[in-house]
Amino acid sequence: MTVIRTGTVSVRLRPRSVLAGVVVLAVAVGCALLLLSTGDYPLSPDAALKAVLGSGTPADAYIVQELRAPRVVTALLAGAALALAGAIFQALTRNPLGSPDVLGFTQGSAAGALLAIVVAGGGSLTLAAGALVGGIVTGAGIYLLAVRHGTHGNHLVLVGIGVAAVLTGVNGYLFTRAEITDASRAMLWLTGSLDGRGWEDALPLLGVLAVVGPIVLFGLSRPLSALALGDDQALALGVRVTPVRVSLLGAAVLLCSAAAAAAGPVAFVALTAPQVARRITGDPGPNLLSSLLVGAALMTSADLAAQRLVPGRDLPVGVLTGILGGAYLVWLLAARRRFAGGGRS
Amino acid sequence: MTRLAATGLQLAYERRVVAEDLGVEIPDGSFTVIVGPNACGKSTLLKALARTLRPRSGSVLLDGKDIREVPAKTVARTLGLLPQSSIAPDGITVADLVARGRYPHQGLLRQWSANDEEVVQQSMLATGVADLATAFVDELSGGQRQRVWIAMALAQQTPLLLLDEPTTYLDIAHQLDVLDLCARLHSDAEHTLVAVLHDLNQAARYATHLIAMRDGRIVAEGKPAEIVTAALIEEVFGLPCRVVECPETGAPLVIPAARRAVLSGHPLVALDHGSGSNLAP
Repeated sequence: MTVIRTGTVSVRLRPRSVLAGVVVLAVAVGCALLLLSTGDYPLSPDAALKAVLGSGTPADAYIVQELRAPRVVTALLAGAALALAGAIFQALTRNPLGSPDVLGFTQGSAAGALLAIVVAGGGSLTLAAGALVGGIVTGAGIYLLAVRHGTHGNHLVLVGIGVAAVLTGVNGYLFTRAEITDASRAMLWLTGSLDGRGWEDALPLLGVLAVVGPIVLFGLSRPLSALALGDDQALALGVRVTPVRVSLLGAAVLLCSAAAAAAGPVAFVALTAPQVARRITGDPGPNLLSSLLVGAALMTSADLAAQRLVPGRDLPVGVLTGILGGAYLVWLLAARRRFAGGGRS
Repeated sequence: MTRLAATGLQLAYERRVVAEDLGVEIPDGSFTVIVGPNACGKSTLLKALARTLRPRSGSVLLDGKDIREVPAKTVARTLGLLPQSSIAPDGITVADLVARGRYPHQGLLRQWSANDEEVVQQSMLATGVADLATAFVDELSGGQRQRVWIAMALAQQTPLLLLDEPTTYLDIAHQLDVLDLCARLHSDAEHTLVAVLHDLNQAARYATHLIAMRDGRIVAEGKPAEIVTAALIEEVFGLPCRVVECPETGAPLVIPAARRAVLSGHPLVALDHGSGSNLAP
C-alpha cells in the first residue's frame, strides 16, 4: 500500500493495481495506434500520429480521422462502457455471472434493435436508438419485477435469466418475420461489429461515458464496496442502500445500452473484463477503473485480431470477444486458481 | 432519556406482526442483552434499533432524534451493528476488511488518513487479529472470522454497538471468547453494547442489563441477579427450572428441570429412519 497525504486529501493506492492499470492502458493505446496505422493503406506510426494531430497529408488525414479513428474510438469506449457496467452488475449481485449478457439487458437491446430493423425498417440511427431504448426498458422491467423481493444478489440474477429467456424467444420470432436482407443485417449487429462505425456512433457513447463514468467512479465506487459486504452491513456503515443501488443499476443499464447501440451487444466483455481486472490487480474491491481499462484493451485487441487474423476477411469483433472471453471463462472455472495468490501489496 | 431508545414501535414482516406498541430504553454505558424464545421479536427489535427494519409505526430515537431523520453517515458514526450475516468479498484480507469499517469517517478526498490507519491497527489489536492482518478472511476459522467482523465494527468507532447473535455457529470456547471481548469493550472502552443471545446462562453471566421478551412484549428487564428467577424463566420460555448461583461468577444459573417427569406416559415413537420422520413425542 502506498499512501498519499497532503493537507485534507488522503488517498491509498495499491502499487500492483496502479501498475496493472498502466500496463492495461498501454495495451489499449498500443492496439489503438496499430489499428490507426495498419490496414489496406499502411501508414508509418509517425504519419499516423501526424494525421491524428491534423498535420499530415489530406489523404492520410481522411483515412485516419474519418475512417479509422471513429472505429477505434468506438471500440475503446464500447469496451470501457461494457466492462464498467459488468463490474457494477457483478458487484451489486455479488455474483461473477451477474453481467448484462446473463441478466437480460443484452437481449433487451437486441429486441429493441430487431424491432427497429424489422418493424421500422430503419437505418443505423434507428437501430441504435432501438437498442438503447430496448436496453433501458428491459432494465426498468427487470427492476420492477425484482424490487418486491429485493433487487440484490441471486434474486436479480434469477429474474434476469427469466427475462432473458423470454426475450430470446421474442427475438427468434422477430427474426422469422424479417426479410432475408434485414435478418442478415440484424445478425451482424447481434454478433457485435465495429465495421463502418463513424463519429455519429462514437460521440453519443462518449457523451454517456463522460457523464456517467465520473459519477460512478468518484461518487458511487466507495458505497458500492460497502454494499459488497451485505445490505445490513452497508447500512450500518452509513450507506443509503436503496438510492445507491438504484443509481448504480441505472448507470450500468445506461452504459451497456449505449455501448450496444454503438457496437452491438458484444459478447462476454462485460462478463470477462471485471474478472480479468480482479485477477491482475489482486484487489477484492469493485475494481471499477481497472475493469474499464481492461474492457477498452480487450475490445481494441479483439478488433485488431478480428481485422488481421484472417487476411483479406474481416471478422465481426463479437466473434473474437466471444471466443476469447468464453475460453478464458472456461479455463478459469476449470483451473479454479486463486486469483490473489501471492499478490498482496 | 437515554441515547438509544424506542417508543410505540409496531414491528412487522410482510404479513406477520411481531410486536405492537413496543418501547425500550437502552441504559447508557450498559451491556444490554435481549433474550427470549424463538420468534419472540428479539432480533426484530434489534433490527429496528439498527434501522435495518423500518417500523410500521413508532420511532427509534438516537440522542432524542428520530433515527430516520438523521443522515445515514451521522448515524453510522454513533451506532454500529454486527449483523447476523455479512459477506466477505472473495480474496479480501483481514486488514482490508477491517479498514472498510472506516467508511462513515471517510469521503472522496479524505480516503485514508493517518487516523484511519491508527484506528484500524488498534481495532485489530483489541480483537487479537493483528497477526492475521494479511491473511485472507475466507481462510479463517469461524471464531477468527467473527473477531475480524467485530474488529471492523470497532474501527467504525461508535459509542453504541448492536450485535445480532454474535455467538451463533461458534463452539463454546469461541462463544466465550467473543463475549469476553464484548465485556472488555464495555468495561474498558465504555461502549454501550446491545446483544441478542440465545444462551440464557451466558446472557445472565455477561449482561449488566437483561431484557426478557415474549410474544413481542418485554416481560422483564433489569440486572440479571434481580430478575432471573425460576418463575420468570417459566413465564418467558415455558421451561420449568431451578435458578442457582453460578459457582464461578455468582450470576444466576438456570438449570432446566429433568425432563423424564414431564415426558412420562408419552413413549417415544419408534423412529423410521428411512422416511425422515420427526422426533416429536
